[in-house]
Amino acid sequence: MLESYLSIFLTAVFVENMALAFFLGMCTFLAVSKTIDTAVGLGIAVIAVMTLTVPVNNLIYQYVLQEGALAWAGIPDSDLSFLGLICYIGVIAAMVQILEMALDKFFPSLYNTLGIFLPLITVNCAILGGVLFMVERNYNFAESTVFGFGAGVGWAIAIVALAGIREKLKYSDVPAGLRGLGITFITVGLIALAFMAFSGIQL
Amino acid sequence: MADKSSQIILDPLFNKNPISLQVLGICSALAITTKLETVFVMAAAVTAVLCVSNTTVSLIRKFIPGSIRIIVQMTIIASLVIVVDMILKAYAYDISKQLSIFVGLIITNCIIMGRAEAFAMNNPPGPSFLDGLGNGLGYSLILIVVGTFRELLGSGRLFGHVILPLSTEGGWYVSNGLMLLPPSAFFIIGLYIWALRTWKKDQIEED
Repeated sequence: MLESYLSIFLTAVFVENMALAFFLGMCTFLAVSKTIDTAVGLGIAVIAVMTLTVPVNNLIYQYVLQEGALAWAGIPDSDLSFLGLICYIGVIAAMVQILEMALDKFFPSLYNTLGIFLPLITVNCAILGGVLFMVERNYNFAESTVFGFGAGVGWAIAIVALAGIREKLKYSDVPAGLRGLGITFITVGLIALAFMAFSGIQL
Repeated sequence: MADKSSQIILDPLFNKNPISLQVLGICSALAITTKLETVFVMAAAVTAVLCVSNTTVSLIRKFIPGSIRIIVQMTIIASLVIVVDMILKAYAYDISKQLSIFVGLIITNCIIMGRAEAFAMNNPPGPSFLDGLGNGLGYSLILIVVGTFRELLGSGRLFGHVILPLSTEGGWYVSNGLMLLPPSAFFIIGLYIWALRTWKKDQIEED
């Protein structure tokens, strides 16, 4: 039992890394990875939002949207799964907003560090991607919590690694046309290649 | 006027390309480019959603309160994507299976949000439609370039037709397996940006 959770977690972190294997959340990934500090902040924010939204969307899917899910409300043959996308994105936007308010009220110092990144996360495809993978793979509530956390951690590791390399890259002499975005793409490609080594691991 | 509209369409192709200059909408550009077939479907879907969402947002831009504009834009985009998803499932089921979650991820494709926010909120519907079309084409252009390289070098085919006969099937071409793996998309876009910026020097970033 515990092993299967561990396997979901490790697969989500390394083998099926959101950023490097599925290219999710790339826009923020490339734009906000100039320094390690901001990368760590954004990474933590993504972990928090993913750990919350994936299980919440799992509950919504299981008890409202899925075919026949409304049986508890006396409507046995309902199928609202076509409303999925709009619900998930609504939940994500709402969760981000709530998280922002809660942090502002209870952890002002953390809010000051993460503050500017939180709104960005709504349009981070890693979050929506995580939710859609959860639906596609039919995870139950506990599995989806583990998966959400693991996927968030994987994304955070990837962005911190990239930021570390980009900080060092400042001192190297990059050809003019490659400076900035170009060399970042190639760096990410190399990191992704390195991460592919994990795909041989069987859990 | 004719000049201006053609500029709105043509600018995003090279001068202000959403992917290579504005860093928008990269996620899907990389994941679905192993085959040209999926590339075209994805490019068409994004362009269609982009045109319609830009026009819609621009039509109601004067009635959207500033504080909830993101949610309004999201709802418009999400509804359009659901329509696209259903059309694909009905008429191109195989391709929709291959694209799996990436159709849904058009919602969070930052090109669409970005253009709605940056252009459609401040411009009348006509130019907004053209802006959507132009950016959609700019996005498609890069996808097609990446897709062509990956499919041709990776499996020796274009649109599933054999161009370079593979050595495993009795031909002479030894396929480049790297091209089928995700990282190759990064290299191709990186090199594409290099080529583009050598041609258009003003896009070079200064550190």
